[in-house]
Amino acid sequence: MFIEQLVNGLTLGSSYALIALGYTMVYGIIQLINFAHGEIYMFGAFAGLLLVSLFGVNIFIAMLGAMAFCMVLGMLVERVAYRPLRGKSSRLSALISAIGVSIFLSTLMALIRGTNTTRYPEIIEIHTYHLWGLDLSSLQIIILVVSALLMVGLQLMIQRTRLGKAMRACSQDLDAASLMGINSNRIISYTFAIGSALAAAGGVMVGIYYNAVWPYMGTMAGLKAFSAAVLGGIGSIPGAMIGGLTLGVLEILGVAYLSSSYKDAIAFGILILVLIVRPQGIMGQKITKKV
Amino acid sequence: MDAVLSQYIDAYYLHLMVLIGINIILVLGLNIITGVTGQLSMGHAGFMSIGAYTAAIMSVHLAFPFWASLLAGAAAAAAFGFLLGLPTLRLEGDYLAMVTIGFAEIVRVFFLNFEPGGKAVGLSGIPEHTGFTLVWIMVLLIIVLNAKLLNSRIGRSFYAIRENQIAAEAAGINTTRLKVLAFMVGAGLAGLGGGLYAHYMTYIAPQDFAFMKSIEFLNMVVLGGMGSIPGAILGTIVLTLAPEMLRIVAEYRLLFYGALLVLLMIFRPNGLLGDIRWYDVKKRWFNKGVKTWES
Repeated sequence: MFIEQLVNGLTLGSSYALIALGYTMVYGIIQLINFAHGEIYMFGAFAGLLLVSLFGVNIFIAMLGAMAFCMVLGMLVERVAYRPLRGKSSRLSALISAIGVSIFLSTLMALIRGTNTTRYPEIIEIHTYHLWGLDLSSLQIIILVVSALLMVGLQLMIQRTRLGKAMRACSQDLDAASLMGINSNRIISYTFAIGSALAAAGGVMVGIYYNAVWPYMGTMAGLKAFSAAVLGGIGSIPGAMIGGLTLGVLEILGVAYLSSSYKDAIAFGILILVLIVRPQGIMGQKITKKV
Repeated sequence: MDAVLSQYIDAYYLHLMVLIGINIILVLGLNIITGVTGQLSMGHAGFMSIGAYTAAIMSVHLAFPFWASLLAGAAAAAAFGFLLGLPTLRLEGDYLAMVTIGFAEIVRVFFLNFEPGGKAVGLSGIPEHTGFTLVWIMVLLIIVLNAKLLNSRIGRSFYAIRENQIAAEAAGINTTRLKVLAFMVGAGLAGLGGGLYAHYMTYIAPQDFAFMKSIEFLNMVVLGGMGSIPGAILGTIVLTLAPEMLRIVAEYRLLFYGALLVLLMIFRPNGLLGDIRWYDVKKRWFNKGVKTWES
C-alpha cells in the first residue's frame, strides 16, 4: 500500500518536476517568475490531444509534436511579451506582463475548446504489471521512464554542450556573458524553448494519465510546479527535480493518510514549513549579500 | 444619503463606484506591503477572505453590531499578517511571494471545509450595511491616514527598506519590525475591505477569494505605479472598470484584459504614475519654473 502510494507520488511528482524545470531555468537566467508557463503546459496537453484525435498517432509522436509546438509558443511569448520589457523595467512589470500572457492564453483556449474537460482518447492499452509485489501500470512506467530520460538528457545538455555552457554562463552573469560574445537574447530564447518543451511533455503525460484536459488546468499545476521549484531552491536544476518529486510524493501520501479535502493545502503547507526552516530551499545556495 | 444618490445615479454606476471604493482600500493595503516596502505579496485575497469571513460570521451567527464585526475582521486579518510576517521575513523576493501564495491557498482550502462559513456553498444572508457613502467616507479617511503614514518617519523607513535593505539597516532602521508592521497594516486594510465587501454583497464564498483575486490587486498596484497613492487609486479605477468596459466584446473580455496588461507594461513599464507622491506633485506645482534634477 505504502509503496504503491509512493509510486503514484513519484508519477505525479515527475510531472511537477518537468514543469518546475521550465520555471527554474527561466528564473536562473532572467529572474522572472514565468507565470505563463502553466498555460504552456496546458497548450502542450491540448496539442497532444489534437495530434492523437486527428491523426491517431501514438503517445510518443504526440509528445514530440506537442514539444515542438510549445517550443515555438514559448519562444513567441518571450519575444512578444518579455523581451520588450527587458532592461528597462523592474522585475515586477515583467511579472505582470507574464500574468497578462497567462490570462490571455487560458482564455484563448477556453474560447477555442469551451471550458469543459475533454477526455483523452485511449491511445495505449494499459497493462498492469506485478513486480516485486506491487502493481504498476504500463502508463506509470512510461511516465517515469520518459521523465527520467528527459531529465538526464537535460542535465547532459547543460553540462556537456556548448549551448549548455552558454546557458550556465548567462545564469551566472548575463552582462559578463554578453561581453564574452554570447548572444544572450538567443540563449534566453532557447531557454524558453527547452523549458516549454519539457512542460509540453508533462502536459501530454498528465493528460493521458488523468484522462482529462481543460483550459484552466495550467493554473494549479503551474502554482504547484512553481512551489516545487522554490522548494528545491529556485534557479537550481537538480533542485527542481528533487522539489517536484518530493512535493508529488508528499501530496499523494498526505491525501492517502490525512485528508483528501485538504489536498491543495498540504502541498503549500509543506512548502511554507520547509522554507521557514531552510529559507533558500533544499538545493539552493545561500548567497551572502555584499554591500 | 444613499437613497438620495440612488435617485440621481444609475444603480449600476453606483454599484461600480462602491466596488472601486472597496478595491481602493484593499489596494492601498497591498501598496504598503509591495509598493512601498517592496515585499512581494501575492496572497492579498487571503487576508481579505479572513476579514470577510470573520466579519460575516460575527454578524450572522453571533449578532454583533456592524462596526464591531468590521473592526474584528480587520483585527483578525492584521493578526494573521503578523503571524505570517514574523517567520517569513527571513525570506526574500520570490520565496516570500511563494509563501504568500501558499498562505492564501491554505486559507481558501480552510474556508472550503469550514462549517460555520457554509463550506463550498458560501455564507449568505449577511446584513447589508455597506453603501456608497460609508465606503467613500472610509476611502477618504484611509487615503489621508495613508498619506500621513507614508510621510512620517515610519513611511520613509518603508521606502528605505524597498530601495536598499542593507543600507536601511546600516542607517539604524529596525527592518524586521518595520516589515512586520507593513504586513500588519496592509493585511488589516485587506481585512477591513473584506468586511465591507461581505456586508455589501451579502454573500461570500471561498472562490471569491481565489488566487486570481490576489493577482488582480497586485496588477492594480503595479499598473498604477509602485508605492504611489495616486497611482494605486488610478490603477484600481482603471482595472476595476476595464472588465466592465470590455463587456462590449463579450466573451473576448478576458482575452483583451490579458493583452491590455502586456501592452500597458510594454509602454508604461513603471506603471501609469511611476513613483509620484503627493509631496512631489505639490512641490512641482508650487515651484513652477524651478528645474529639479528630476525634470
